[in-house]
Amino acid sequence: MNLSLLIIIPLLTALLVLFGRGLKQVRVISLAGALLQLGISVWLLLLYWQTRTSGNNEAMLFVQNHAWFAELGIHYHIGVDGISIAMILLTASVVVAGILVSWNETNMSKEFFFLLLLLSMGAYGFFISLDLFTLFFFLEVAVIPKFLLIGVWGSGKKEYSAMKLALMLMAGSALVFVGMMGVYQQTHSFDIMAIAKMHIPLEVQKIFFPFAFLGFGIFAALFPFHTWVPDGHASAPTAASMFLAGISMKLGGYGCLRVATFLMPDAAHAYSWIIILLATIAIIYGAFATMMQTDLKYINAYSSVSHCGFVILGIGMLTETSINGAVLQMVSHGLMTALFFAAIGMIYTRTHTRMVAQLGGLLKVMPFISTVFVIAGLCSLGLPGFSGFVAEMTVFMGSWQNPNGWYRLATILACASIVVTAVYILRAAGKTIMGPTGETHQQLSDASWNEKLAAGILIVGIVLMGVAPFLINQLIGTGVGTIMQQVGNVITQK
Amino acid sequence: MAMDYLILLKQEWMIALILFVLLFIKLGKDIPNATLLPWINGLLCLNLLSGFFFNQEGMLFGEMFQTNARLVMEKNILNLALLLISMQAYDWLLAHKHLIEFYLLLLTAILGMFFMLSSGNLLMFYLGLEMSTIPVAAAVNFDLTRKQSSEAAMKMIISSAFSSCLLLLGISLVYGMSGTLLFSELPRHLSSAPLYILSFLLLFSGFGFKISAVPFHLWTADVYEGAPVSVTAFLSVVSKASVLFVLVSVLYTVFKPLADTWYNLLYLLSMVTILTGNLFAIRQNNLKRFLAFSSIAQVGFILIGVSAGTQAGMTSVIYFLLIYVFSNLAAFGVVSIIGAVADKHTIEDYRALYKSNPFLTWVLTIALFSLAGVPPTAGFFGKYFLLMAGSAKGNYGLILFASLNLVISFYYYLRIVKAMFMDPNEKPIDHIQVSWLPKLALIICLAGILAAGLANQLYTYIFSLCSGL
Repeated sequence: MNLSLLIIIPLLTALLVLFGRGLKQVRVISLAGALLQLGISVWLLLLYWQTRTSGNNEAMLFVQNHAWFAELGIHYHIGVDGISIAMILLTASVVVAGILVSWNETNMSKEFFFLLLLLSMGAYGFFISLDLFTLFFFLEVAVIPKFLLIGVWGSGKKEYSAMKLALMLMAGSALVFVGMMGVYQQTHSFDIMAIAKMHIPLEVQKIFFPFAFLGFGIFAALFPFHTWVPDGHASAPTAASMFLAGISMKLGGYGCLRVATFLMPDAAHAYSWIIILLATIAIIYGAFATMMQTDLKYINAYSSVSHCGFVILGIGMLTETSINGAVLQMVSHGLMTALFFAAIGMIYTRTHTRMVAQLGGLLKVMPFISTVFVIAGLCSLGLPGFSGFVAEMTVFMGSWQNPNGWYRLATILACASIVVTAVYILRAAGKTIMGPTGETHQQLSDASWNEKLAAGILIVGIVLMGVAPFLINQLIGTGVGTIMQQVGNVITQK
Repeated sequence: MAMDYLILLKQEWMIALILFVLLFIKLGKDIPNATLLPWINGLLCLNLLSGFFFNQEGMLFGEMFQTNARLVMEKNILNLALLLISMQAYDWLLAHKHLIEFYLLLLTAILGMFFMLSSGNLLMFYLGLEMSTIPVAAAVNFDLTRKQSSEAAMKMIISSAFSSCLLLLGISLVYGMSGTLLFSELPRHLSSAPLYILSFLLLFSGFGFKISAVPFHLWTADVYEGAPVSVTAFLSVVSKASVLFVLVSVLYTVFKPLADTWYNLLYLLSMVTILTGNLFAIRQNNLKRFLAFSSIAQVGFILIGVSAGTQAGMTSVIYFLLIYVFSNLAAFGVVSIIGAVADKHTIEDYRALYKSNPFLTWVLTIALFSLAGVPPTAGFFGKYFLLMAGSAKGNYGLILFASLNLVISFYYYLRIVKAMFMDPNEKPIDHIQVSWLPKLALIICLAGILAAGLANQLYTYIFSLCSGL
C-alpha cells in the first residue's frame, strides 16, 4: 500500500475545502475526506495484519524511500510499524469526530476546516516518518494551524493562549532540532532505522538526549513545561481541543519514544531517574491541580497533564511492559480526552457555560450527552472495561518490573494518584449531570445526529480497547519489540 | 575574442541597453506613466530571461572580470528581485513625476552589483560596490516631498562613505603587504600576520556596513523607514543579497588562509546580530522599521551559514537568499500596496485586515511564516539548512542559541499575524483593489515561497554550482 496517501488525502481535502462554497459544501468535503482517511487507516491495519501473519518480520512495513535533499542526507522515508498504525487510527478517528463536532461552525468555516485538515496532515506525516528531518518538518507543520485555530475561533483569553502555545511548542521543536543536529553530525544520517544500528557514543548521547527528550517532552506536557496545556486547551474551540489533546500531545510522546529513547538508549538509561521524577511530579501535581479547577475544560486539561505523565513514566521505566503501557496510554488518552472535550463542547454550546457550579441536572434534559460525559469520566478514572484501565494497569505493571526501589516508590505514588482522579471526576460528573436542573437549562435539546456519531466513533474505540486489549497489544507488540531490542541491548552490554 | 566581450558580459550589456533605451525615452516626448510602466517591466523581464541563455565561463580584462555559472545564477536572482520590486511599485510609480530616473538609478546600481559580483580584483570590487551604493542613496531620496526621505538619504551617504573608507584602508594595507590585488594571487600571500588580520578586519567592517550586521547596523532602521517602500525593499533584498554573495565567495576563496580568524569573527557577529535584530524587532510598531530589524536578524542567520566554510555552507547561503527574495519581497509588496493606496503603516492599522483584504492578508501571513521559518514554506528549509551547515563545526552552543532565537523571532512575526486575524479594529483598512502587475508579483512570490522549499532540484542545482571551492 502506498503510505503517501495518508499525507496526500488530507492535503487534497484541505485544498478542495478552499474551493467549497458555504458551510454546507465545506463540511461535506471535510467529512468525506476524513472518512476516506479513516477507511484507508482501517485498510492499512488489515493489510498490516495480513503481512504480519504471513510471516513478514521486518521492523517497518510499506516502506518508501526517496532522496529529497540528497546532498544533505535528507530522504522522504516513510514506513509503519504497529505503534505508528495505532497512532494513525487514533488520529483518523479523532479527526472524523472533530469534524462532526464542528458541523455548525459558521464563523469563517472554510478557513476553520482547512486548518483542521492541515493539522491532521502534519500528524499523519509525523507518525509515518522514518527520516529525522521529515519527521521534524511534519512536527512543525502542525504548530501554526493550532495557533490560528485557538487565536481566531477560541474563547476567553485566546490570543494569550495561542501565543503561549505556539511559542512553547516552537521552543520544543528548537530543542528537538539541536538534538537532531547532534545525532546527525555524529552519524551523518537522518535515517532513524540506520542510526539505531550505529552506536552513538555514550558521551554524545548524554549531551543530546536531553535536548531531544525535553523538546518532545514539551509537546507531551512534561512537567514543568506543561503550562501551555491548560490555557491552550481551555481557550481552543472544541474541535481544536480534541485535536490538541487527542493528537498533538501524542506527537510528543511518540517522539520521546521513537527518536529520543530509540536512538539514544544509553542516555535514556542514564537519565531515567530524571524522567521518572518529572513524570511522577506531573502525575501527582496534575491530579491535585485538577481538584482545584472549576471550569470543565480546565479540569480535563489538567487531568491531561496527569495522564500524559503516565506516558512519560512508562517510557522512563524502560521495561517492555511499561513501554507497551505508554503506547496504550497514548491511544487511550487520545480517544478519552477527545471524547471528554467533545462532551464539554456539546454542553457548552447549549448552556453557554463551562463552570461546574452553574451546571446541574443535565442528565434529565440531555441524557445522551450526559452519558457520553460519564463514559469519558469513567474511562479517565480507569474503570475496568474501558481503555483507561488497560493502559494504566499496563504502565503500573511494567513500572513495577523495574527493580529499582526508588522507581517502585514512584510507581506507588502514581498509582495513588488514581484515587485523586476518582475524586475530581466523580465530583465534576456528579455536580454537572445530577441534582436539580437549573431553570434556564430546562428547555435544552439533546445531541444531534452528528454529535452522536462523533461520540459513537470514539466510544467504540474506547470500549473495544477496554474489552479486547489483546488486539491492540498484538498490533503494537512488534513495534515495542524493536524498541526493546535497542534498549535491552544496552542492559546486556552493562 | 570580440564574441567573448559580448557573451561573457551579456547581462551587463543588457542592463546598459535598457539604460540607453530609458534615456532616449526620457529625451523624447512625455509618455504617460500608465503606458510606460508595462513596457519597462517587459524590458526587465527580458533582462531576467537573458541570464538563462548563452552561458559561458571566462575572464576578461586581465582577470579584472570573471564569470561562471554560479555568478550568472546570482545575477539572475538579483534581476528577478528587481523585476518583482518594479512590478510591486506600480501603484506608487503611477503618480510619480520622475519615473524614468527611478529606473535609471536602480538599474545603475544593479550594474554596479554585477561588476562587484564578477570582480576578480579588489579594486574592481571596490568600484562595483561604490557604483551600487551611490545611486541607491539617491533613490532613497525619491519621496521628494518628504523630509524624512532626504534625511535617510543623507544618513546613508555618510555611513556608506565611512564604510568605504574602512574598506579602502583595508585594501591599501593588503596591497602594501602583498603587492597584489588579484583574487587569484592573494591567497598565496595571506598569512595570520597581525597586519593582515587588521586589514581583513577593516575589509570585513566594510562588508558589515553593507549587510548591516551588528555593530554596523545603526543606519539601517532610519534609512529603511525614510526611504520609499520599493527602495527599502531594494536595499534590504537586492543590496544585501549582492554583498552577501560576494562575501561568501571572497571568504571561501581569497581569505581561505584566514579561515580560523573569520570563523571566530562570524561566530560572534552572528550571535550579536541575531540577538540585537530580534530584540529591536519586538519593539517596532511601524511595519517598515519592523521589517528592517527583522532583516538584521535574518542576516545573523545567514552569517551562521557563511561561517560553515563548506560547499553545503555556500549552497545554504545562496539558497536562503533566493528564498529570502521571495519571502521578503512578498512582505514588502503588501506593505507597499497598503502604504501606497491606504497610507497605513503601523501594526495597529493592520488590525482586522483579514476581514477586508483576505488576499493581501494571506500573502503577508505566508511571507511572515516563511521569514520565521515555518514549514511548509521555503523559509523553513532555508533557515534550517543554514543552521545545519553551521553545525558541521560542532559548535552546538551557537545552534542552540540560534534555534532559541528562532522562537523569539517567531513571537514578533506572529504578533502581526495575530493583529491581522484576531484583533478587532474600529477603523479597518478598506478593501483594496490590487492592480494586475503588483498582484502578479505577489502571486509569483507566493509560488516561490511554496515551491522553492519542496522542490529539491533547486537545491541540488545550487549545490552543484558551489563545487570546487
